[in-house]
Amino acid sequence: MKHTNEMEIIFDSCSENEGFARVSVAAFLTQLNPTVEEVADVKTAVSEAVTNAVIHGYENEIHKIQIHCRIEEKTITIEVTDQGVGIPNVQEAMTPMYTTKPQLERSGMGFSFMEAFMDKLKVSSKPGKGTKVWMQKTIGKGREEWTTQSL
Amino acid sequence: MRYQVQENCLTIYLPKEVDHHNAEEIRRNADIVIDKNHIKYIIFDFLDTDFMDSSGIGVIMGRYKIIKLIGGEVWAVHTNSRMKKILKMSGVTKLIQIYEEDEL
Repeated sequence: MKHTNEMEIIFDSCSENEGFARVSVAAFLTQLNPTVEEVADVKTAVSEAVTNAVIHGYENEIHKIQIHCRIEEKTITIEVTDQGVGIPNVQEAMTPMYTTKPQLERSGMGFSFMEAFMDKLKVSSKPGKGTKVWMQKTIGKGREEWTTQSL
Repeated sequence: MRYQVQENCLTIYLPKEVDHHNAEEIRRNADIVIDKNHIKYIIFDFLDTDFMDSSGIGVIMGRYKIIKLIGGEVWAVHTNSRMKKILKMSGVTKLIQIYEEDEL
């Protein structure tokens, strides 16, 4: 039997909830025994995805953002979904430094950070329908497990 | 925003977490102080900070653009290894200096 676990949260797209979202996912992640670094990576990626939904997806209007997390063995899959304006050209949006809102001093690094801190990232979006960010990370990669000899 | 002004130097003590939510406030307050005190040097103090996302990078880049116009400089101090990583990855280390304390 594979070890699996799932959780889902739905919350309002106000900026106060960005902290709530990343901390919730981090708390769910602890069951995989991640390092401090791995927790920070996932928190940053979630923060970027949720911030995108707040600023770009819903353009600061209050609607619902959904986060779905699934753990399978040592891998966590996170989906952040909004029903906002969508992205006309996903590839362009994912270019480092690209931003549609330079007046807000967005650095344009959001997707780059998600890509750098997670193992896999997929973004699907339909203009007028919304955006889904799918990302995956395997915890404890390249880390050997230590077991003590029983006496 | 906690900050300190000494002559033309502004030190901004960043909060525990710098995300989109509190980046707005830092940006707004910093610009008022910069304007009022003819600031030329900005120090971002990361002593309390253990989380920052790209919104924080946006704030630093934005302040750098303002300060650059009058030939000033932006510094980062008390950065932990995570903050250094974020700053390096984003490329702002090409614009600002990270002050390294001498190791005892």
